[in-house]
Amino acid sequence: MTSAPLATRERDSRRAARIAEAASGGWKLVLFKIIALGIIDAIAVYAALVLFASGDVVVGTIVVLATILINVVYFRRGSLPAKYLIPGLIFLLVFQIFVVLYSGYVAFTNYGTGHNSTKEDAVEAILLQNQDRVPDSPSYPLTVVEGFAGELSFLVTTPDGEAMLGGAERPLEEVPDAEFDGGKAVAAPGYTSLDFQGLLARQGDITSLAVPLSDDPNDGTLRTQDGLTAFSYVSRYVYDDAAETMTDSQTGAVYSDRGTGAFVAEDGTELLPGWRINVGVDNFVRAFSDESIRGPFLGVTVWTFVFAFLSVATTFLLGLFLAIVFNDPRMKSKKYYRVIMILPYAFPGFLSALVWAGMLNQEFGFVNTVLLGGADVPWLTNEWLAKLSIIIVNLWLGFPYMFLVTTGALQSIPDELTEAAQMDGATPFQAFRMIKLPLLLVSVAPLLISSFAFNFNNFNLIYMLTGGGPRDVAAGINVGSTDILISMVYKVAFVGANRDYGLASAFSIIIFVLVATISVIAFRRTKTLEELN
Amino acid sequence: MADISITRDLAQSAPAGGDATRLLTTVDEGGAPHPKRPFKVWFRQTGWRHIIGLAMLVFAAFPLLYVLSASLNPGGTLVTANSLFSNVSLGSYVELFNRPQQPYAAWFLNTLVIGLVSAAGTVLLGALAAYAFSRMRFTGRRFGLITLLLVQMFPQLLAMVAIFLLMSAIDEIFPGFGLNSQIGLIMIYLGGALGVNTYLMYGFFNTVPASIDEAAKLDGAGHARIFFTIILRLVAPILAVVGLLSFLGTMSEFVIASVILVDPEKQTLAVGLYQFISQETSRNWSVFAAGAVLAAIIPVALFLALQRFIVGGLTAGSVK
Repeated sequence: MTSAPLATRERDSRRAARIAEAASGGWKLVLFKIIALGIIDAIAVYAALVLFASGDVVVGTIVVLATILINVVYFRRGSLPAKYLIPGLIFLLVFQIFVVLYSGYVAFTNYGTGHNSTKEDAVEAILLQNQDRVPDSPSYPLTVVEGFAGELSFLVTTPDGEAMLGGAERPLEEVPDAEFDGGKAVAAPGYTSLDFQGLLARQGDITSLAVPLSDDPNDGTLRTQDGLTAFSYVSRYVYDDAAETMTDSQTGAVYSDRGTGAFVAEDGTELLPGWRINVGVDNFVRAFSDESIRGPFLGVTVWTFVFAFLSVATTFLLGLFLAIVFNDPRMKSKKYYRVIMILPYAFPGFLSALVWAGMLNQEFGFVNTVLLGGADVPWLTNEWLAKLSIIIVNLWLGFPYMFLVTTGALQSIPDELTEAAQMDGATPFQAFRMIKLPLLLVSVAPLLISSFAFNFNNFNLIYMLTGGGPRDVAAGINVGSTDILISMVYKVAFVGANRDYGLASAFSIIIFVLVATISVIAFRRTKTLEELN
Repeated sequence: MADISITRDLAQSAPAGGDATRLLTTVDEGGAPHPKRPFKVWFRQTGWRHIIGLAMLVFAAFPLLYVLSASLNPGGTLVTANSLFSNVSLGSYVELFNRPQQPYAAWFLNTLVIGLVSAAGTVLLGALAAYAFSRMRFTGRRFGLITLLLVQMFPQLLAMVAIFLLMSAIDEIFPGFGLNSQIGLIMIYLGGALGVNTYLMYGFFNTVPASIDEAAKLDGAGHARIFFTIILRLVAPILAVVGLLSFLGTMSEFVIASVILVDPEKQTLAVGLYQFISQETSRNWSVFAAGAVLAAIIPVALFLALQRFIVGGLTAGSVK
């Protein structure tokens, strides 16, 4: 008997919810939804088309599936949480989760300078980069022409008097309806011929342009020095497609692919560029066993921990000391001190580091020339002084934060506790050490942990102040004695001529493991996870 | 959870007490009727505190005075910057905007635009997710919260190499969204939006009573209207905190910006000023100093004006 009205009521309430849902959004919301999804779908279709066209079937499929999922979620009634979570999740998945996994993949490759691309690209690049003019070859009268999009092409007249046209990636093709002037092709339909001014303006582009003579890269290319005549150039290397070897036509040396990502000769010399291959755990093995990398890497790891620990310890101690000093009701004009003292914290950190780098400059800096009366202290160029400088500058940057939070924590501890302790005969210091300090530590401990985590990756301070230097010359990688792990990754990957993405990613993965270990320990301690509901 | 409720208290009391030290001064007035103390007693009780205070003032303010003085010394190098305030003129500020190699105005504008757009996006994405976690019960909710908590332990810059390679790949398909693109950079920053802030917002959303939602629902409001017109207004303080922290953080972000933005015209202040100083270390010190002073004005002003919000937010979440 009672079940029928219950069911009706339930149905009614569901219907009411639906009506409310429909009434509340209004047409503006619906319109917004349609436009936003329309834009997303358009972008996705374009991306999928390009991806499928370039052969990236896996990524293309993922894009299509993700787009379908998004449309389903937003057009279907229900799955409310998903509607609210998807926008953030997409960015999180691509730019935070995926990139971590991708780092993991790159760490197992030899990706880097000289190993950027595929094997076909490497073959083409080697043939193109090592070209010499063919002795006694004919010269080709040349007109440099510009296509619709501004891309340059060579319009040449062959020794038989035919007009041919080609560009950087486009081998020469015959142009049947070219205009001739005195036996030289001077214009082609659809192209603008460059005059002398035009040649001057794009000199660099023109002299670096190499137009392939045919589809076979071994045939060589046409190049020009003056924009008026072109000569045929062939590579000193000959590529054998079947055997996958490069032969040096001058010395006869044979370079073959031995699975190292480059063509290697009998005597071990490599032809660069090479190409990208999977190298397994090579990068990790290098990091842990190559003497010239292991030493610096170990040093950097130790210094990272020391730096992060000292940063937290020094700033916390100074902050706590100041909080105690200024936490006295009898003292006047505290707020003026307070405003000035938090300025270093308000000033953007990267600028502070750059300014301090100027002040600590060995020859001209304020500290040496004025404060120390012309001393010659190598603040930033001596291994140990540089470390000291970093700690001092970080103290300057970080003490206001600790001052603010410890002041807050101190004020939240009731005075009665101290008073009671003193009644029981404790000295003020004892009362502080036994009562206040433990209470204070409980409330600031999470902040100390996050401060440690922050300083563990405090790239800006290190990189802007010392650049990680002074450089360790014995090391096999670009690393200095004040580098922390994250700045070492940056320098290995992006600074200097020799970029090694594979090794840098391997270092990143190692940092991930370190950070994960630290977080697990921190979470165990703070029991944050259990409070989640 | 405890620290998040502190934020809320701070945030709520902020409108009432604009000056950060209201609490301290009241205590001052209450406990300080000591009109005449002998010097010795005064010194032992509070005098020495002033001496420490003065020492700290010098330590804290000196580098800032130094850079201000250097910026007012046109044509100055590191050497001439050492005689403080010997020369006061705005010449360097003028020169700063007339250097074709270092387009300072563009850097400044880029920094503001990238910072504001990222901050707005971060707030929106974070609030949407926090609303879902706080108000809805669904499978995977607890797992999602734990994941977010873990994700925020790993700053994005750890994956900088992969981010760079990903953006190079995107550049081949979508020129204009990959390398050397500010839109691309903003998208990367938004990738970090959920990790850092959702948790902070989630705690604050939980303090808004669910009965408000229910009342609105009874009055016929749908979830979208409840979220955009009711909840978002009630949690405005935390939105301000997250937006501010995100803006200040983006302004100083160097690693990813330096990897992605190649053209000087497109760079941000952090990247541009760093390259400026590394290219001509001591020669144009006063121009750099002028650039630094201008770049610092907005963050310092924001920080001083909204100290309580920021410190509260920092206490509850990330650290500068």
